[in-house]
Amino acid sequence: MNVTRGFTGRPRVAGPHLPPGQYDAGDDWPVLSAEVTPELAAADWTFRIDGLVAEPRTWTWDEAHALPGSVYEGDIHCVTSWSKFGVRFGGVSLDAFLDLVRPEATATHAVAYSHTGYTANLPLADLTGGRAWIAFTYGGEPLPAEHGGPARLLVPHLYFWKSAKWIAGLRILDHDEPGFWEQNGYHARGNPWEEQRYSGD
Amino acid sequence: MTSQPFVPPTRFAVPGRIAVGEGTASVWQTATLTEIRRETPRAATFRFAVPDWAGHLPGQHLMLRLTARDGYVAQRHYSIASPPDDAGHIELTLDHVEGGEVSGWFHTVARPGDEVRVRGPLSGFFAWPGDRPALLLGAGSGVVPLMSMVRHHRARGLDVPLRLLVSARGPRELIYADEYGAETTPVFTRGAPEGVPVGRMSAAHVAPLLADAPPGGWEAYVCGSNGFAEHASRLLVAAGQPVDRIRIERFG
Repeated sequence: MNVTRGFTGRPRVAGPHLPPGQYDAGDDWPVLSAEVTPELAAADWTFRIDGLVAEPRTWTWDEAHALPGSVYEGDIHCVTSWSKFGVRFGGVSLDAFLDLVRPEATATHAVAYSHTGYTANLPLADLTGGRAWIAFTYGGEPLPAEHGGPARLLVPHLYFWKSAKWIAGLRILDHDEPGFWEQNGYHARGNPWEEQRYSGD
Repeated sequence: MTSQPFVPPTRFAVPGRIAVGEGTASVWQTATLTEIRRETPRAATFRFAVPDWAGHLPGQHLMLRLTARDGYVAQRHYSIASPPDDAGHIELTLDHVEGGEVSGWFHTVARPGDEVRVRGPLSGFFAWPGDRPALLLGAGSGVVPLMSMVRHHRARGLDVPLRLLVSARGPRELIYADEYGAETTPVFTRGAPEGVPVGRMSAAHVAPLLADAPPGGWEAYVCGSNGFAEHASRLLVAAGQPVDRIRIERFG
């Protein structure tokens, strides 16, 4: 252990909720998009799933909202080291979308892409089983544009760069393909509990 | 499925500028503080000896870790202020953030000889290899990675056009004030010397640079708070800069 002389740090947070190397951002919710925030109206938003699926499909805003609603209440973790506790997103479970397109048996991964062209790769197993959502609201209000509104992917058990803002679609694949940050040196999976920040972690 | 990589039907977000090697980012190294220089009342530059530093490009950042006696660690990402060189040293310029556990340690406890841990350089997205004409917009300590680009441009005597618009509350808060040359236009938001206008960065600053763009256009780099990044990127888009040639790094 390389102790830093004279460093004490913040009061320690009790409990198991802070992954290694993270700190509690409190009320802050930093915005870290690398691109220009798009002007994307709900009426112009669409979400598509294709690739290795039985029935590729595109949903409009109204069609997506016709699916059963689902809420995530819990924590989110950013690779830049902040975590945010007790957030509440409303949307639709990704399972509801995937059940309708029916991924092939050979499907193993997905590339999530945004209306800006941003991409993030994810194992299919991280997108199913009630662990991923298309989120429309935050704290009961429409998701602000700078946080990915009108709709973002939400995969809260992974570092938040995987939760692509302004989500436009998923391409289902039988292999892993690095997304935007993953091509820039970030970890392929990004599990905060194993501190998978960068390639090689 | 074909073996071609998937390209989304949406317009692609700005690709990274350099290939990022695996490995260097995963190694924690000791960085020894060798010098502290005050820049403004709130910001100071910290120079470190990192003998095995792999080298970086202007615009890249690193992750820095402090460890308390009980094993508690605090990690932050910081942009690198110094240009690439072979000196085995790197410099960071840090604001003293209200209540910041890491910046607070740097500004009140740190002294030459202290050791911290770093890993990097990280991310090729905001890197500028010195190849394309670059238009840099920064505010506050958001100027830090941009200054690495300016210094690189100067140190290598590059011909490629480079312009910097840097926003600060006033002359006293302008980081690196003595280093700027003809490439830089400071914008003062709260107070300025006699005869210098006061106000937010505006189309009047950005549009002339876009109108006078070099052949092939500018690669734009924006760094600062989220509020500044949103404002500055909208100014760029309004002035005709393509969205896929705007790279943004926001504090957080």
